[in-house]
Formats: sequence, structure tokens, C-alpha cells
Amino acid sequence: MSEHAHAPRSGATPSDGAGPGKRTLDPCFGRPLADPPLDPCAKLDVEALLDGLAHYRPRRSGWTWRRRVPGLTAYEFTYHEAAEPLERSVPLPAAHYFENIDPQPDCVITTEIASGRPEDDIRRMRMAAWHGADHIMVIRTAGQSHMDGLIEGTPEGVGGIAVTRKQVRLSRRALDLIEDEVGRPINFHSYVSGVAGPEIAVMFAEEGVNGAHQDPQYNVLYRNINMYRSFVDAAVAKHVMAAAGILQIDGAHNANATAVKAWKVMPELLVQHAINCAFSEAVGMPADLIALSTVPPDAAPAPCMRMDLPYAVTLRDLFGRYKMRAQQNTRYMESDGRDATVSHVMNLVVSRLTSADIQSTITPDEGRNVPWHYNNIAAVDTAKQSLVGMDGLREMVKIDRENPELRERVRELKERAVLFLEAMLEDGGYFAGVEKAYFVDSGEYPETHDDGIARDGAGGVAAGSIVPRAADYLAPVCHHFGENHLEILEEYGAPAGSTACTLIGGCTFCDDAKVPFTDELDPTDNARERLMQTAELREKGLIKPEVEWAGDGIVAVTMFLPAAEAVAEAAALELGRAMNLTDCEVIHKRVMHPAEGTLIELKGRLDVAIDPATLVIPEPPDVLTDEEIRDFVHERTLKCVAATVGNDEHSVGMREIIDIKHGGLEKWGFSVTYLGTSVPIEKVLDAAIEHAASVVLISTIITHADVHREMMQKLADLAEEKGVREKLLLISGGTQVTDEIARESGMDAGFGRRTKGIDVASFVVKTMRERGM
Amino acid sequence: MAREDTFAEARKHLEGLSDAELEARFWTLARQCVGPMVELARTHTSPSIERSVLMRMGVDSVTCKAVVAECEVRGLLGHGAGQVVLLAMQAWGVDAPTAAGRLAEGEGWELAEGKWGGVR
Repeated sequence: MSEHAHAPRSGATPSDGAGPGKRTLDPCFGRPLADPPLDPCAKLDVEALLDGLAHYRPRRSGWTWRRRVPGLTAYEFTYHEAAEPLERSVPLPAAHYFENIDPQPDCVITTEIASGRPEDDIRRMRMAAWHGADHIMVIRTAGQSHMDGLIEGTPEGVGGIAVTRKQVRLSRRALDLIEDEVGRPINFHSYVSGVAGPEIAVMFAEEGVNGAHQDPQYNVLYRNINMYRSFVDAAVAKHVMAAAGILQIDGAHNANATAVKAWKVMPELLVQHAINCAFSEAVGMPADLIALSTVPPDAAPAPCMRMDLPYAVTLRDLFGRYKMRAQQNTRYMESDGRDATVSHVMNLVVSRLTSADIQSTITPDEGRNVPWHYNNIAAVDTAKQSLVGMDGLREMVKIDRENPELRERVRELKERAVLFLEAMLEDGGYFAGVEKAYFVDSGEYPETHDDGIARDGAGGVAAGSIVPRAADYLAPVCHHFGENHLEILEEYGAPAGSTACTLIGGCTFCDDAKVPFTDELDPTDNARERLMQTAELREKGLIKPEVEWAGDGIVAVTMFLPAAEAVAEAAALELGRAMNLTDCEVIHKRVMHPAEGTLIELKGRLDVAIDPATLVIPEPPDVLTDEEIRDFVHERTLKCVAATVGNDEHSVGMREIIDIKHGGLEKWGFSVTYLGTSVPIEKVLDAAIEHAASVVLISTIITHADVHREMMQKLADLAEEKGVREKLLLISGGTQVTDEIARESGMDAGFGRRTKGIDVASFVVKTMRERGM
Repeated sequence: MAREDTFAEARKHLEGLSDAELEARFWTLARQCVGPMVELARTHTSPSIERSVLMRMGVDSVTCKAVVAECEVRGLLGHGAGQVVLLAMQAWGVDAPTAAGRLAEGEGWELAEGKWGGVR
């Protein structure tokens, strides 16, 4: 009797994940869903997604890489390391200069989301997907790794989420809709670790989870779970993951995050990666489902890139047959979001100069709190921006493998790792090595500081819980690792040629209908109970600020206080209360000068909700068609005079509005005379009269002491004085200009940030028509 | 025990290896290291593993936990909790979730006792 090779649902065999761009797109992606497609203009209906979860089944399983598009062109650019674009997305901030293109880098981008409440996480997942994340990782609640068994339902987590079948199914259901909305498969990921690894692996396989952390060394070193139990469980869990095509990420990066001197653990990190890779392959996981979690170990003010690059090269030399998941440094991360972002960009340079199959991201606020919504987005944007910005860089900037420092360091790291393995084997092997505190020692092996983590083979959580398999051990299910005496199934009456699960009428991997669902073990439905508390906000469409959970009311205020650090902190708390904030807390401070002042970031709770019905929202200007404008302008041979006024040398904004190459007024045939910068108002008006212009455009960027208002008023007054006001359309523009300010100052219109030529042209044509000009 | 960095002396025997030989040695050692661990895993089981078998038989997590806990007490884990359930399924002519449910209620353990003996 033999186990039949069946992978749940997707039909994609684990081995066809050949690498970024090589694996054909999951054929189940895009298959119609039972739920109606998302409306990009409407919020997720969280309550509806919780309805009928008992019967929801994911349409696909297994990991998916992005589809590479070599030579992708977008706007005027060609990309060398890009993937298929999204159907819907939010592009980078500067994209509006480039026709709003949103090129996607070739590697998968991860974001880690886990607020403790699944009903809130799925909204953040949607936002992250629109910014380019296609690997959504949920962190588990504190303590789950010590739970001997599965948790069910939606209890609230701490520092992460209770990973349960209901939570996973709700998230996958939402992600199925979200991936259709953005037009790219989204990999869903969590942890197969702790004392319930095999069970979680089975649940993940059944629920369409696509990636998972699995590394028994993590259990042993950081969770003090018994070492024998950890490895015995891991073999079964990994085998199940392989069957479902779930990509595995190891846990070696934790040594970096834990070690006293992170740069000293590089040889050990190589050993940890190797143990998990070799063990995984030996229990049936194909190499292309095995990813290393790698971190550049250092951060400035260390000369981190010169220290980290040889390590990155060493890893890729030794582990070239596996996938690289490039994680970002957390070891030296504190409350400064700017500092974290710069470290991460340097990490991204290492990724681009070497390689990364998955680029992981850490939110810039992770050093100070559980990540907030917009910081997930910030981190994803940082990765996308950096990777796209460095597109093809490695074709021009290559690592110099002959550089003596690099060459020697790479060789040294490999030798130190070999020495580590040799000594550990001589000492009795891995388990003996852990007992003797080989790991997470702050010395660079063979140097040791005797401060490593030691674990007792007879101790730890679930010690003594493994049992030898008897001569008649039997597990009548598919994809079971290890000794399994399937031949005795015949004693139970199985016909010859049966599969492992024939006698039980098919296991859940073969018959999806058999997958059970447990809703909640608590007497109440936790997620719905929590949703009730914010029901009013949703029903009435009220707007309340939030960073983590609907209606949490948290806001952050940034302020510079001209005071020394301790005084500034106390003053900030007082100011927060003056702003009607409660639960105020300083989340970041940075000395600008010991006496001159301190930058403070303060968070607090604002218990106010706004009814949008009470708001006056300015209508967006409706624009005319190109043809309409062009015809009107040609009939009248319309002329404009334009200038930057006052003592202002800025000309970029004005150029955007008038130049044909930026889609400015010239595009529709306006004849524009640009007078330059720092032009006196009198000269502007004289030129308008001289050229018989109908439109006067003035631009003003400098606004201190209300210079912009003065300039506008002066132009209007002068036009009146000279008796030409009725013949002219007076328009002003600038970053701080609003239509309201401009009209108050005698203008016909004002245009602020992000104005395009079409907005101005439409206004001119419409107004001249109205006034019969 | 703390030890100074002895790298310069300790590496002597690796000096003559080419990079490719050094990398091959790294992997030979790593595989050597995991060999006994894989063997341990191949020949042992655990409560979580047995619960994962019952899950694949369509049994819910609460029932899995109860059945495997009782198997543990009765020293049956080494035969496989799935086999205990299979025995009950065939004796009662019911599917796996039903059999596991009845076992979880305390019914039918004499079947396993008859096959493998009493509590050890």
C-alpha cells in the first residue's frame, strides 16, 4: 500500500515553486468566489465576512511568487527587476509626476499584521495589499506557543493574535477578495511552532495558508520547549507543510535579535540555518519551499554595510539552493521612526546588491508599540520605493568579490561555522550542543563568552512527552511523516492497493468536506461582541481616529518644545491634556540641543467621532475635455501672462501649469508669456495689458507674514485702478494657496498643491463662458 | 566555559580546502548533525502528532484533545491514536468523528484494552 501523492486543493505540487517568476501563476487564483467582489469605494463588510464562516472554503493553497516581467515599461521608463503590475493600487507619493505608474519590484513583499483582533486586521491587510504587500504575516499572541493544542474562536490576543481556525478562515476569506481586488495572489502566513506544531500545520494546510515559520530551534532556544519534542513534532509539521505547498521560513534571525552583540553570532546563524534546512529536506520538504530568514545583523553608527555585506554574500554562497527572505534589523531599533527607516533602507541596499526572494518589512514604530495601521503601510512603501529605485542597480554596481576584506571575511565566516559544527558533533551532536550552551553566545565562535542559552534535554515545556512508535504504529491518513505501518491496514480489511486513508473514507487532505469547523469555545462570539462596541460608528458612518482597532481614538501629535528633555516630556503630557487627549504617553523624544529644545511625539486618546453629514467638503473641480478646451482657446487665441511674484525664485510649480511637456496650458493652444521669477506686480499687469492677455497667472510659494495674500490683493487692486479688472481672469497658485484664500484676496480663483494644467484650463474656459468674455 | 578567540589555530586543518571543499564540508557536517534527529523523529510520536492525525480524520480539536489525552494515560500513543479510533469505527460501524466523539465521552476503551492490554 502506498501513500498517494495528493496536495490539498490547488493541485500545485510543492516542487513546481521553482522560484520568482518561474512558477506559473496558481491556476486557482481568480476563480470566482462565492462572496461578491469588493467595491474599491466601499469599506470591507466585516460582519458579512464573519457570517457563514463554517462553510467557507479557500479556493487555493500553496505559495505563489510574483510573475517577473523582464523589460517592463511604464511611463517613459524600463525596469529590469519588476513584476506584473497590480490592477488597483496606491502608487508612491511622487508617482503623480509620472502618470501615476506603480511599478512592482520582482520580490514578494511582506508585512506583519496582528493587532490582537482579526476583525480589525483584515482592514489593514487590504490597505497593505493596495500598497504592494503580497505576503501577509500574522504574529501570534503571547503564550500561544506553550498551548498544547489548538485554540479556537476569536479571543483577543496580546502583542499578536490568537491564531485559530476561525481567525485564519476569516483572514483567508478576506484575502481571497482582496487579492482579486488588487489583481495579484496574496500569500497568507503565520507560525507552525510551539507545542502544537503538527496540528497547526494540518489546520494551515486545510485552510489555505501559504507560508509559515517552522524552525524547531526557535522552540528550543527562545520558548524553552523540550528539544526532543520540538524536533519530533517538527518533522511531521514540515512534511504536512510540504504536501500543501506551504513555504517555510526559518527562525534563525531571532539569534540576531537576541544576542548581546549581534555581529558576533554570524557563524552560529549559518549553523542554525543549515540545521533547519538539512532537517527539513531530510523529512521531505523540497528545497524550493525552504526559505532562510536572514537579517543584516548590524546598524549604524557601526559601519554596518561593510560588516553585513560579507555575511550576506556568505549566506548566498552556502545556501544558494534555498530561498532568501530578507528581514530587516530590529536589534538596534528604538522609538525613532526615521532612524528605523534609514536602517531598513540600508538593509534593502544589501538585498538589491545580493538577492532576496522575499523582502520582509518591519514597521518603523515596532520599537515603541504594536504596529499601527499606517506604519505597516510606511514599511511596505519603504521597501517598494527602495527596490524600485534600485531597479537594475546591480548591473552597474557589483560586489567586488576580489576585495581582500570581503574575500577574507567570507572565507572566515564559513570556516568559523565549520568549526562550530565540528566541535558540536564531537561534543555529542546538536542536542548535546544545546545543553552545553553553544547557541546565542555573544562570542564569535570559536570565541565564547559563556553566556549562550543552555537547555536541558530532560527539561522544558512538554518534557518527556514523546513516545516510541510501536511495531504496529498506524496513522491512517495521508502525508504522515515517519514509521507508519500501513501494511496492517489489510488486517482492518483494506483492499490491496488502498491509499493510507481509504479505510476512513478519505482524510481531510483528500476530502475537503471533512474539514471540521469550531466557531467559539467561549460562551459568546468574541469578534461580534467587540464589533458591537463600535457598531454605532459603522451604522452612522461616524469618523473616529484609530491606529489599531476601530474606534480606538488614538492620535499622535508631533511637537517641538523649546525645553530640555525631561522638562519637554512633562510639558508635552500637559499639552496633551490641554488638547483634550486622555491616556497621554510620550512615544518618542529626541534632543535637538540640550538646552534649546526637544522633539516630542505624543500619543493620546481622543474620544470624538465626527458625522460626515455635518462637514462641508469642497467639490473637486470638474474638468472639461481636451477637445472642448482646445476649441474654445483656438476660437479666441487666448493669451496668458504668467509670473512668480514677490521675492520668490521658485518656478517649478508654474512650469507644471503652463508647459506643454507637463500637460500645461500650452497643450490646448494657450499662448503663454512667462515673465520669470521675483517679478513685481506692476510689471505683471503691464505685460498683461501689452499682450492683450485674458488670463493672469501668478505663483507664490513664500508665504511668511502673509506675503502671498498681499501679492494677490495688490494685483487685484492695481487691475481695478487701471480699469482692466473686468477684462482679466486673475488666478494665483502655490503650495499654500487655496481657492478660499485667493478669492478673499480679490482673485478669481486659487489653486494649491497637486493642481494640474487641466484644472486651470477648465476653470478658465468655464468662467469665460459664464461671463461671456 | 569562556574561551578566547582561537580561530587562528583552530582553522589550520581547513586552510588547505578550496572554497568548494569547505562548503561541501559544511553541508556534510550539517547533514551528519541532523541524522540522529531525523531518526528520532521517524521512530517517535507525540500528543500533538497524534492529534494532528485525528484532525486529518475529520475530528474537531476539542475531541482530538480528549481522545489523545486518554490514549496517553492508557499508554496507547505508540500504536497511534488514529488506530484506536479506527478500531472503534469498525466495531461500531460509524465514521471517524463519531467514533472519536464517543471515545471522548469515555465509551469503548475496552476495544483498545482488548487489543493491547490495560493501562500501562
